[in-house]
Amino acid sequence: MDHEYCRDMLENLSLFVEGDAPPELCSEIERHMAGCGNCRIVVDTLRRTIDLYHQLPRRDLPEQARERLYKSLDLTDLLKKGD
Amino acid sequence: MSPQPLSGIQSMDDKTFETGLMERIRAGDKNACAECIEIHSPGIYRLALRLMRNEADAEEVVQETFLSAFKGIDRFDGRSGLRTWLFRIAYNAAMMRLRRGKPEEVSVEEAADPEEGAPVPQALFAWRDLPEEELGKAEVREVLERAIRELPEKLRTVFVMRELEELSTEETAAALEISEDLVKTRLHRARLGLRERLTGYFAR
Repeated sequence: MDHEYCRDMLENLSLFVEGDAPPELCSEIERHMAGCGNCRIVVDTLRRTIDLYHQLPRRDLPEQARERLYKSLDLTDLLKKGD
Repeated sequence: MSPQPLSGIQSMDDKTFETGLMERIRAGDKNACAECIEIHSPGIYRLALRLMRNEADAEEVVQETFLSAFKGIDRFDGRSGLRTWLFRIAYNAAMMRLRRGKPEEVSVEEAADPEEGAPVPQALFAWRDLPEEELGKAEVREVLERAIRELPEKLRTVFVMRELEELSTEETAAALEISEDLVKTRLHRARLGLRERLTGYFAR
């Protein structure tokens, strides 16, 4: 990422990986990537970073914390177990 | 209880459901409060956990969020969605707590103006192939979580809201009371920062 062009391109990479970059910008980035190994690596690993986080399992509020939440709000009588 | 889609954009059905729910909460219907908790507490908890970085404080933020939301329900004007409003309350509650505690050490990245140019990637290594089952490993999940914990707070918050909890750019901007452009900039910085950190682990 030493070239000035790579640095300029960096600003637009999120748009590019999201598919939100205008067509002219997409073509420009693709042309540059064809000849720049470092930028290919950054784009590929940026995409994979986003994919990995999308696959990360979502934690739920632990059951005991949920019970304490209902208690703190004086809603214990509405607490349904294992919802 | 009807399951509510939690994607960034609300359909008319979601809006109608939400308006009805808010009216019932305003009228003091405890079942409506419970419905609101069931729908929104998991996302609020995950946000709080990533802001506070420990379970006990995250739980207190969740309690404070719903307590202040139900008490201050008349302040909800419906301009932003209910989830956005709850995220705003949770974020403010978490920040109050963090400021009350000992001052956080300011990392070099935190000290740098996040609105300045994107950090230039240093880790320029291709990653090894990751079999699908690898994500099931606790070690890999911890690597991903640690990388989030290490991000500066402003970038971390936007990343969690936009990428993990799937708020739209507009909703995230409303929850944090910042511009949409700033949300986009911070999200981009966060992704680059995470990429940099993960490369240390996933490089071939």
